[in-house]
Amino acid sequence: MPALLPPDRLEWVPGWGQAVGAAGYVHRPSTVEDVRGVLGLTSERGVPLVLRGAGRSYGDAAFLPEAVVLDLSRMDRILAWDPRTGEVDVEPGVTVERLWRFALGDGWWPPVVTGTMRPTLGGGLAMNVHGKNNWARGTLGEHCTGLDLMLASGEVVPVTPEADPELFHAVVGGFGQLGVIVRARLRLKRVHSGLLEVEAVSGRDLGEMLRLADEAKDRWEYVVGWIDAFPGGRRLGRGLLHFARHLEPEEDPAPARTLRTRVQDLPDTLFGILPKSVLWRLLKPWTNRPGMRTINAVKYRLGSTVGDGARYLQTLAEFSFLLDYVPGWERVYLPGGLIQHQSFVPAGAAERVFARQLEACRKAGLPSFLAVLKRHRPDPFLMGHGVDGYSLALDLPVTASNRERLWRLVRELAEPVVEAGGRFYPAKDAALPGELYRASVGEERLGRFAALKARLDPGGMLRSALAERLLGPRWWQ
Amino acid sequence: MGRFQHVLIVGASSGMGAALARRYAAGGSRVALVARRRDLLEELAASIDAENGEGRALVFPHDVRNRGEVPELFQEIARALGGLDLVVYAAGIGLKVAFDEFDTAKDERIIEVNLLGAMAWLNPAAERFGRLKRGTIAGIGSIAGDRGRSGAPAYNTSKAALHTYLEALRNRVGRYGVKVVTLKPGFVATELTAGMGKLPMMVSAERAAEIMERKIRRGVVTAYIPARWRVVSWIIRSIPSVVFRHLRV
Repeated sequence: MPALLPPDRLEWVPGWGQAVGAAGYVHRPSTVEDVRGVLGLTSERGVPLVLRGAGRSYGDAAFLPEAVVLDLSRMDRILAWDPRTGEVDVEPGVTVERLWRFALGDGWWPPVVTGTMRPTLGGGLAMNVHGKNNWARGTLGEHCTGLDLMLASGEVVPVTPEADPELFHAVVGGFGQLGVIVRARLRLKRVHSGLLEVEAVSGRDLGEMLRLADEAKDRWEYVVGWIDAFPGGRRLGRGLLHFARHLEPEEDPAPARTLRTRVQDLPDTLFGILPKSVLWRLLKPWTNRPGMRTINAVKYRLGSTVGDGARYLQTLAEFSFLLDYVPGWERVYLPGGLIQHQSFVPAGAAERVFARQLEACRKAGLPSFLAVLKRHRPDPFLMGHGVDGYSLALDLPVTASNRERLWRLVRELAEPVVEAGGRFYPAKDAALPGELYRASVGEERLGRFAALKARLDPGGMLRSALAERLLGPRWWQ
Repeated sequence: MGRFQHVLIVGASSGMGAALARRYAAGGSRVALVARRRDLLEELAASIDAENGEGRALVFPHDVRNRGEVPELFQEIARALGGLDLVVYAAGIGLKVAFDEFDTAKDERIIEVNLLGAMAWLNPAAERFGRLKRGTIAGIGSIAGDRGRSGAPAYNTSKAALHTYLEALRNRVGRYGVKVVTLKPGFVATELTAGMGKLPMMVSAERAAEIMERKIRRGVVTAYIPARWRVVSWIIRSIPSVVFRHLRV
């Protein structure tokens, strides 16, 4: 019988969407030595270990029932910084927010940022996150020039894309299954202003949205679309697109001011009065089908009339971190929470597949409350999700009565993606059936990933609920 | 799948515990079966797995009087199930006591199984669920715990104490959203009542489990099984002590 794990470390460890979660024994080390200690403890007790950053993955990427949870959020030091080259060495718990606040004053910005600034960079590399500029800049991993990986044995190995390309391209995007990233080096992007030029346009239907995004991809750094997922027929897939680019030198008359973090801070209040901390409570009564249908319709109407073709300047933080505008927004979905499904489909099949997905949601009576469209390019990572095409991310609310239908719907959404040669994004997933994920990745890649796992973590200590669901409980054997 | 995906039943080898285990497994739960008699547990697990699929029931032989084993076994069970949503304490004994018999050893045994075993299992359950702010605890008490009868002093005491203990647990962890359900069955056809002859308002273990499952799902505070025993209990509790002491019950 294994020795007792400390009951006072037991916590409920949820996915960000709050729809899934599990109990786990949470350790929050602050040093590399402490991380090694936790690995030793789990090895000695025969209990698996799951890695966790800020816990911002929507689904089950950062928990495993009854496992030891290695929460790396306290390892949040910036270890080295060169303001001439923009190269930074960070611990895994440094968040996107901490990094941009640190580097912006020197004229640098993370080359890839997520829609919220809260994720950690360790988690971001493990899930190989992307942003609104995926076509232009690729994923976060493409800007990592090296990392230190602690193996399940406690040994730390330096991994770079040049010296060990196979391992590097498997660890990045390998959802924490091969080792613990205890240090990462990133190359940031030079910016000459804290502002972006933004253009907003509307698309009458899905076909137009895809066409506009495709036309914009080489002219703008950032391309992101919002889709009103409620209407069908000729209006299916209608929405708004936002394009943005960094200002060139001399375009911003006061760069020293706009590069200050104070200028970038998102406002604490709405209209200068209403504290944003209470906004989610005001949104909650609207978080149902009629309410969200209305909000989506009004947003589209405004965007396609007064807002269509508008050009304006916006701070980097305002444009990049939309999800941080309403603090605690995920609580509007409680008690059931939400899941997100994001699929990546080659350009030629995108319209057909996304139309089928939007129709399937409508037919099931489970329309997405928020749908986001992006343009993507292929990535060089073993478990990568990038394709030359588009992604559609669907926020789907979970209730006690729709849960089973919703999980069935996700299968229905995923099947045409696999048929079209598309991929999925584990960072956001909670419900994708394993066989469909495996079919999307292919036997050859799965075999290479399993071989690395068997070599680096033969005891299968590093696991997650996501890995077990998508790959099987003992997939590396 | 029902509300409870992972269920631990202590005292699962027979009677209401076994019936509850079958019921939860049939509803889609994974069930950990804890009891002293390994052979009966394995038989039950095999039958549950045959009906519901492999791995639905897990066997953990354990004598509830070995309270020192509980903390590690509790954690091992949670790990094996992949979580824990419901803990039911169904273990119980009722030894025959003659009217003029005063046997402390017998009384100790009853208290150990019916009360101290419950405390050993439900304390870690309450600690865990309170910390996680979720979960349900259910204890099978008895209408016998509503009054001190001359025929079963230790049994009555053990059940009365269990009711009070469950109430205290509810008051400790209910504020965190944890449900604590006190189940008070009347006469149920189990090993305990075998040989007692024809008893009034007797129900089968399966029928009792069906009602219990419903009450647990609703998270009621106290449930009489079946409900008409609430009236009977009220009448019995209303009998003045001076009268009750003359009744040979």
